Amino acid sequence: MSLDTFLQHLTNGISLGSLYALIAIGYTMVYGILRLINFAHGDIFMMATYFAFYGVTTFMLPWYFSFLIAIILTGALGILIERTAYRPLRGAPKISIMISAIGASFLLENVAIVMFGGRPKPFPTPEIFDKMVQIGNISVQRLTFVIPVVTFVLLYLLLYLINHTKSGMAMRAVSKDYETAGLMGIDVNKTISFTFGIGSMLASVGALLWALKFPSLLPLMGVMPGLKCFIAAVIGGIGNVKGAVIGGFILGIGEIMLVAFFQDLSGYRDAFAFVMLIVILLLKPTGIMGEKISEKV
Amino acid sequence: MKKRNIILTIISMLILIVVLFFIDKNLDSYNTRILNLCAIYVILALSMNLVNGFTGLFSLGHAGFMAVGAYTTALLTMSPDMKAQNFFLAPIIKPLANLTLPFFPALIIAGLVSAFVGYLIATPVLRLKGDYLAIATLGFSEIIRVVFTNTQTLTNGALGLKGIPDTTNIWWTFGMAAVTVIIITSLINSSYGRALKAIREDEIAAESMGINLFKHKVLAFTIGAFFAGIGGGLLGNLLGTIDPLMFRFILTFNILLIIVLGGMGSITGSIIAAFIVTIAGEALRFLDETMNLGFITIQGIPGLRMVVFSALLMLVVIFFRHGLMGTKEFSFDKIINKFSRKPSEKGGDQ
Repeated sequence: MSLDTFLQHLTNGISLGSLYALIAIGYTMVYGILRLINFAHGDIFMMATYFAFYGVTTFMLPWYFSFLIAIILTGALGILIERTAYRPLRGAPKISIMISAIGASFLLENVAIVMFGGRPKPFPTPEIFDKMVQIGNISVQRLTFVIPVVTFVLLYLLLYLINHTKSGMAMRAVSKDYETAGLMGIDVNKTISFTFGIGSMLASVGALLWALKFPSLLPLMGVMPGLKCFIAAVIGGIGNVKGAVIGGFILGIGEIMLVAFFQDLSGYRDAFAFVMLIVILLLKPTGIMGEKISEKV
Repeated sequence: MKKRNIILTIISMLILIVVLFFIDKNLDSYNTRILNLCAIYVILALSMNLVNGFTGLFSLGHAGFMAVGAYTTALLTMSPDMKAQNFFLAPIIKPLANLTLPFFPALIIAGLVSAFVGYLIATPVLRLKGDYLAIATLGFSEIIRVVFTNTQTLTNGALGLKGIPDTTNIWWTFGMAAVTVIIITSLINSSYGRALKAIREDEIAAESMGINLFKHKVLAFTIGAFFAGIGGGLLGNLLGTIDPLMFRFILTFNILLIIVLGGMGSITGSIIAAFIVTIAGEALRFLDETMNLGFITIQGIPGLRMVVFSALLMLVVIFFRHGLMGTKEFSFDKIINKFSRKPSEKGGDQ
């Protein structure tokens, strides 16, 4: 393989990795605060693309406006799901909450099938992302640069939010111990809703970039990215935002390189993430950046 | 067991056999097929309940074990000609090409292969807990599916297998379901079963009482995989065609819905819910299809049925967390005590 092809694959890997990272952050935030896999995260991701699609096609809005509305609507959807599927079960056995999460995920998927139809819809890609950029011998879509930039800007903003604002402090307090946080005067429910909102909005940004890269919308399009990004979050150490980004990159670059170097194995592309998950869980169950939580009796 | 209960059990078994006999003779193929599916879902739900409900391991890998069972049974029961027809892209690997077994040994081998796969998966995965376990088992079931899609010479890849002999009939399904009920009930009521329930209630407490957590978890997981394989084998030979896409997560979801609705940790509940969910699944088909009421035509919306099911799962979990039966079981004593005026022997409410 020549250097050029390698670089081509690497840029693809980085842009896929950034997408995984954006979505993984949402998982990790929700897990950090509720100790719960938000199974519906992948489907929130899917809904965001449809919101933007209808904004552009049905309501004829300019793409930036329609993207903005999609992001806001997705955040609201995340909060709605938290209220209906997770809040009534706070304090219930974990297995019940997980089942409710799976129910929410299937509900969203099937509502999407009913409302939007099962046929793939072409996502309207604005022209400015489409242009090819020539660097040396490799030509890259402009979007490929936009994605990592957006990811890092959002990561920076998010870290600022978590570490330097009052809401962020509340989030950290709730994730440490939500009963005590409640006693200290933090509105636990509001903080959890806020976290869901932020996580869903990040997922929606990821989704819109995803749809620009792979412009075909399907009601089940969120399932695989959803699972893979959860795995990315686990690899990085779930509950840790920086870890999620690292996990996202490992998974994205690994996946592209697997297909690039071992073409015979390209059919196993989707299995790669799961193999990674199992390896990491066996070697270092807390992930790369995770901290050990010991169980108290 | 009291003598009266043994007699009552035998009588109800006989009634069931007579009813099955009438179903076999009189019911049309569509309705028979639904009943067959009900019985297969009983097997699947019980095997999942053993792992999820009784041992408290949240495993989502059922579809994978079913795939293993379905493919094994299908490959062992298909005639060599049929196999040659199916494998036109790449010929099937040698020993399987000419091997044809009767249905029963094929089914048992399918169960054993599936149990073996379950055992292999259990050893690494059961070191995990809670949601990690859920995702890891889900991951394994996806890996099994991806592998089956790519092993052209063994499973015929994405094309799937067609023309599987439709050996499964009402006697096979209900017979295997009855065997499953008996085995799982005996297991649950044995010392192993008590250990499993102890693990479900509190792992740390169970461990300090001297229960070997890992051994018991692996046991439950392997037995669960065995029956999932049997269920998958019955399903494959009922439908006549299988392909890897059949064994997606949605299949596991259906079984999960059954055990949640019936009550996690109740054999009776799983049986009742398996019938309810399967029959309701067919009855609600009208939601997906266009209905013609003579004077008005209602446009059906494809997919609405699954919306109802997923909403149902959420409603059950949020509002009736214990499902239909909770952890209670059917017993003749309770029913008789209810109808006779004699106060319950043990006193109080049970």
